[in-house]
Amino acid sequence: MAELNINERQAGDVTVLDMSGKITIGEGSVALRTAIRRLLEEGKKRILLNLAGVGYIDSSGIGELVSSYTAIGKDGGQLKLLNLTQKLRDLLTITKLLTVFDVYESEADALNSFK
Amino acid sequence: MTVDTTALSLPSRIDTVATAAAAVAEFVGRLGVSDEAAFGIDMAVREAVTNAVLHGNRQDDKKSVEITLKSLPDAVEISVHDEGRGFNPEEVPDPTAQENILKTSGRGIFFMRTFMDEVRWSIRPGGGTTVRMVKRR
Repeated sequence: MAELNINERQAGDVTVLDMSGKITIGEGSVALRTAIRRLLEEGKKRILLNLAGVGYIDSSGIGELVSSYTAIGKDGGQLKLLNLTQKLRDLLTITKLLTVFDVYESEADALNSFK
Repeated sequence: MTVDTTALSLPSRIDTVATAAAAVAEFVGRLGVSDEAAFGIDMAVREAVTNAVLHGNRQDDKKSVEITLKSLPDAVEISVHDEGRGFNPEEVPDPTAQENILKTSGRGIFFMRTFMDEVRWSIRPGGGTTVRMVKRR
């Protein structure tokens, strides 16, 4: 089983990536980077990461989230986060990134925020 | 009380991070530490081993990462040794400073210090850098 599983679906013009597993150095971080690069190449710039199934992230994974956020922003798009686990929320809090990312607990609210 | 010690020597590859984390989880699991402490130890070990593989040994096949796990009466002590030239931890920028928040790297040492009670680096006389981390029970 892959370290990080990513399932892509479309909700209007927002691409939702349902993620489960670990975003850690190596396979997990690379999988996220590859997915985001591909979406940008396809012109999909409104991206919602559903992190409900991500129970673990390390500094490399957090770096990849930041990298994704800035790459999408530079391309004129938006990256938002949905359903943070408590551990991930705690890590984003101590790194002061929780205020940087647009974070939602309801998918409907998250999707509406792109409009 | 006896001191339970486990030593590992692992290759300088990215997958060593997961191998080390699994070995530490098994060691810590036997000690019956809290889930919160185990999480913190896991985070810190992954970051320490990542640093040893990437920055210390620069993924050089000829160099290894040595990990020592000790169960002390009042704490768990973990040492991670690489064969690199070392660095000054005081010169590592604070990743939570406003100008660094959006940097894509530089949070590993911050996590090690956040999740462990003591973190100290030393240069071995024979070469290489050791980071010794303690989590009190």
